[in-house]
Amino acid sequence: MRIHRRALLALAVATGLTAPSLAFAEDSIKIGLLATFEGPFTVLGEDGERGAMTAIEEVGGTVAGKKIEIVKGSSDASPDSAVRAARKLVEQDGVKVLVGPLSGDEGIAVKDYAKTQPDVTFINGTSAAQDTTLRDPAENFFRFSTDGAQWMAGLGTYAYNEKGYKKVATVAEDYSFPYTQVFGFMAEFCKAGGTVPSKSWVPIGNKDYSSVIAAIPDDVDAIYVALGGADGVNFLTQYQQAGGSAPLIGGSITVDQTVLTSKGKIREVVIGTPSAGPVADTNDAPEWKAFVEAYKKQPNAFPSPSLFAHGYYVDMKATLLALEQVGADVSDGGAKLREALSKLSFDTPTGKVSLDKNRNAIADIYLTEVAEGSDGNLYNKLVKVVPQVNQTLGIPEEEFLKLGVVGRDNPSCP
Amino acid sequence: MTVLASTEQPVSAGTVIEKIGAGNIVLLVLLVLYPAVASNFFLAQIGAYSLILGMIALSLMLLAGYGGMVSLAQISVAGIAGYTVAVFGLNNSGVHGFGWPFWIVVPFATLIGAVASALIGLISNRTEGIYTIMITLAIATAFFYFTQQNYSLFNGFPGYTGIRAPEFWGVAWRDPLPFYYLCLGFAVVTYAAVLYGSRSTYGLTLQAVRDNPRRMRALGFNVTAHKVVAYFYAGVIAGLAGVLLVWFNGRISPGTINVAAAINVLIIAVIGGMRHPIGPFLGAIVVVLMQTFAIDIVGAERFNTLIGLFFLVIVFVSPDGLLGLWGRIKPHLAQESLRSLR
Repeated sequence: MRIHRRALLALAVATGLTAPSLAFAEDSIKIGLLATFEGPFTVLGEDGERGAMTAIEEVGGTVAGKKIEIVKGSSDASPDSAVRAARKLVEQDGVKVLVGPLSGDEGIAVKDYAKTQPDVTFINGTSAAQDTTLRDPAENFFRFSTDGAQWMAGLGTYAYNEKGYKKVATVAEDYSFPYTQVFGFMAEFCKAGGTVPSKSWVPIGNKDYSSVIAAIPDDVDAIYVALGGADGVNFLTQYQQAGGSAPLIGGSITVDQTVLTSKGKIREVVIGTPSAGPVADTNDAPEWKAFVEAYKKQPNAFPSPSLFAHGYYVDMKATLLALEQVGADVSDGGAKLREALSKLSFDTPTGKVSLDKNRNAIADIYLTEVAEGSDGNLYNKLVKVVPQVNQTLGIPEEEFLKLGVVGRDNPSCP
Repeated sequence: MTVLASTEQPVSAGTVIEKIGAGNIVLLVLLVLYPAVASNFFLAQIGAYSLILGMIALSLMLLAGYGGMVSLAQISVAGIAGYTVAVFGLNNSGVHGFGWPFWIVVPFATLIGAVASALIGLISNRTEGIYTIMITLAIATAFFYFTQQNYSLFNGFPGYTGIRAPEFWGVAWRDPLPFYYLCLGFAVVTYAAVLYGSRSTYGLTLQAVRDNPRRMRALGFNVTAHKVVAYFYAGVIAGLAGVLLVWFNGRISPGTINVAAAINVLIIAVIGGMRHPIGPFLGAIVVVLMQTFAIDIVGAERFNTLIGLFFLVIVFVSPDGLLGLWGRIKPHLAQESLRSLR
């Protein structure tokens, strides 16, 4: 009997916990928002949320007359946690539209999950691994933010032609997003005639880079670094302390505010570092400036939106535009919504965005270089805009696919 | 020991029900009927997942509760079994995937897990108390980093994807309902085995080793062998759970077995209580419910704080976890019913 009572109690607790999700009104539309609210990328996930909320506030929290209800899911940047959170949003909370996730391998895992839920529409957050959309894509997974190889557009050529680097070593984190970034850089750099004799892959959260630094050949002209957040600062500090003097080339999330605002000798090392990505802090376009102002209204916003805020903004914006077109009606299993999404072409703060046949974005990419401002602060100076970069980087798709799956050993040009 | 003795029913000997215990039977019936009221999400993501985590925590409870050895490497053992399934079964990561049939892969993976567990037991055997925790934590951490950086065997950071549960007897075993019963079946068998084992000669010897290893050694028992065998049995349970876990997720990567996951297993065992094999399962249900729904209660920014506070309260109120809490409430309830009789 007692056990029975206990079971009833458990049941009551369980229903109490699920009740909020059952309160589903006809005049509202639920959108799942999946980002990293825990683990090493928490700060980035929160900025992604700010970007998504900026897009929602732009439309006043309603789409086609229906109130937008955001249901959040949290992952810790591991693929398992992303799928678990997506499952909860879809199977328990009943969202028919889901925006996210944030990190590379999460995106591939959620894409695989999307195939088992054909009636749910998935729109990427900022996950930028190439194979989320290039190979074996899911019909219902859309990416309006570009991938990590696209973010590198123009950088390899610039490093070879303008900077005169012929031989470059790479240091990057050991998972799919940095693979994609290195791939994007090398695709152009090797084609231009450069060589990459050494590639080092380090685990996320690595603290000691001495063995990596020792393995970098002495005769390289520059080092390509694709490390995020604290990893980037740790590497740069240790490299500089070890007496390294080669100039740097940055990945999209390497030369961010944490690196630019760090004190000490790193400053001298990073000045002149070229980099590329989907956003540029010093973009003077009025659309970008308006976006920055709107973004800054979000709680705890950074001085300038990170590419995560931008990516989530663009993907959420696309979702809202498409929902507006179909009257926020997903009762048909989202078929109309997906139709609208695949045809969507719109102007973002960073130029026009449209989709290719794999539902991956074609968008502008910004080439930047670290410079010292008149006030002594370092900033990413906009060098040029590479217009309308597609996923195959301008190479015909057949030829591009022949380059093979991105990974530790591909591409290679020693 | 004392707790076990007190749960036995004081009635005339003989019938099966008495041997198993009425409480266990009621519990089993409720769990078998659970799908009648539960949605698919509550069946798989809450029910089956709790049972799987409960089994991993059960293997820790076996070691810690009966053997006095707190091993943080049980998630690694589950991970080894899971990776074995991925490597020798089928996956779509394009690495290995020998395609052995499940009826070879499952026992093989379990055996590999059990042997790995026994090896961990052998290594940590010379240590006691906090040093066992340290050395097993070191093993778990090292294994996590190894899987993350080794590509030839573990496929590095992405791990293995596209691992499917088998389909036989016309049943797709990863569908929510069959999968729930599959997990329930394994959980019941392991639970019963631990309960039975704890009263067997070996189980009693192990508990005696826990209480006084020197005396047991003087009496002629091989203390080392008893401990290593306990690790082997715990490895069988964790290995089975690892197989289910990899079917549940459909994938395995270093994120499945990282240090946070290792600590999670310890939390489950502590929350539930380590005195009785039901404790880990209770703990798993509480932890899974909290980790799934806390974000709906307080929002994305502070939900981990809420989870932490909730666990803190449980441990603060009752150092023995939920089982201890129940142990304290029970006498009060008994008196309550006596009062109402009057």
